[in-house]
Amino acid sequence: MISALLSYEFLQNAFLAGIIIGLIAPLLGLFIVVRRLALIADALSHVALAGIAGSLYLSQQVLLFSALNPVYFGIGAAVGGSLLIEKLRSVYKHYEELAIPVILSGGIGLGAIFISLSQGFSADLIGYLFGSVSAVSRQDLLVVVVIAIIVTLFIYLFYKELFVLSFDAEYSKVSGVNSRFIQLSFMVVTALVIGASMRIVGILLVSSLMTVPVAAAMQIAKSFKQAMIYSVVLGELAVIIGLVSAFYLDIAPGGTIVMTSIFLLLIVIGWKKIRGEKKVLLKKGEAA
Amino acid sequence: MNKTLIELEDIHFRYEQRIVLENIHLKVQEGEFWALIGPNGSGKSTLINIILGLLKPNHGTVKLFGEDIEHFHKRELIGYVSQKSNSFNSGFPATVLEVVRSGLTRKKGLLKRFTKADEQIAMDALKTVKMDAFSGKNIGELSGGQQQRVFIARALAGKPKLLVMDEPTVGIDQQNVASFYTMLNELNREYGIAILLVTHEIDLVTELASHVACLNRSIHFHGVQADYERMGDEAISKWYGHPVRRLHQSEGGTSE
Repeated sequence: MISALLSYEFLQNAFLAGIIIGLIAPLLGLFIVVRRLALIADALSHVALAGIAGSLYLSQQVLLFSALNPVYFGIGAAVGGSLLIEKLRSVYKHYEELAIPVILSGGIGLGAIFISLSQGFSADLIGYLFGSVSAVSRQDLLVVVVIAIIVTLFIYLFYKELFVLSFDAEYSKVSGVNSRFIQLSFMVVTALVIGASMRIVGILLVSSLMTVPVAAAMQIAKSFKQAMIYSVVLGELAVIIGLVSAFYLDIAPGGTIVMTSIFLLLIVIGWKKIRGEKKVLLKKGEAA
Repeated sequence: MNKTLIELEDIHFRYEQRIVLENIHLKVQEGEFWALIGPNGSGKSTLINIILGLLKPNHGTVKLFGEDIEHFHKRELIGYVSQKSNSFNSGFPATVLEVVRSGLTRKKGLLKRFTKADEQIAMDALKTVKMDAFSGKNIGELSGGQQQRVFIARALAGKPKLLVMDEPTVGIDQQNVASFYTMLNELNREYGIAILLVTHEIDLVTELASHVACLNRSIHFHGVQADYERMGDEAISKWYGHPVRRLHQSEGGTSE
């Protein structure tokens, strides 16, 4: 594995991109989960599917489009979808959650049309749906690096605003925090993370890398800072173990990454349960 | 002369065709402790939302610290505590200190990170509400009364001149309610923080407040606490909409 990693550029690209995604997806995912917006990542990834499918169809029809990286279309569509969700949320003030199924089904619908027009699933599209170890180019890696810089800067600079908005949106508004700006930027940054992650994890599984490590971290974290650290550690573990197994089994990494993160979640839940039972037994022993 | 912190002039508000508030005039001045009382559906929370800028009145003007609300930007001068159940997810992975420190967000300004000094300010605010021993605890592990003290500490962290509270004792047991109000009284007397407290309780709070406003769509009484005490239960029952009898602390609590 190590020698293959040193010899093949595509493997280096996949591992570097994976490690970066293992950092930014759970980092942003924590804010998504605590704000109970987990389905937004799903909606945006399906809009990204429409962008990718549209790009693959256009590249069949117009020569000019075949020179453009479909990832850009996926990212563009996800960003557009994020702005549309925000617009719909403001239209349906009392039913904000309606925006998510509308955009999600719109993304799938548009994707299905483009896939049908392109006469079915190509190997390329399967790679985008479930991720691929071999398909990450230097250009893709560069896109991931640029997006990672934007995301980490955003979280670093707006950490306190993101925290107060996530913990108590009403208080955030009343206390004069520019919630609208933060919310809009947050949605765009979420779309960017989905765009960056889809090459490795796949469009259909990207939201799980943003939520499953966070779900495990929240079981054991006492503070927000701890939740952030545990989420990233568990995300990185899932990506590295998932990529290595995908390489040896010669299968799509999306599945192995997600299954590893679910396995880690089960371990954390089991460990917490055993620890809880031990504490009860100790207390009973002390009382006796 | 005391500075006017809140000034409401001829406020009218309606949801579609239903009139919720009409002809509201109210002035809250520096150092005063106002209890805004009224039955359920009397428009108390709507009025608070108008004062906080979350709702716009159909008619009338709102001035905060002498400035029209549209041009008022010193939000850190106002601390806000809402009904606990409305605004907070008890499974949120945050410590008490992290929550209180978040009260400094607006004051710090954009692009600035929290420092050790901010942590100390948050600890001082926790000391004020006697919750400093819980700073490292997860917020969800505390009782309702303790959580509300933490939210007051969050509001105090920015060193506000005015605390606005919308039924902060909802969901807190009666024993803790009394000590909660005593703490508010101390904040008002010792630190000079003006308080506007919305409640549907008509006796316990009003014994502590310096001023009382009675709201049921319009303001039926507003003035100093002594005048409110002199008002008969019959007069209160009339604007309240159903018979009420006030109990005093010596009689053991609150009634409607």
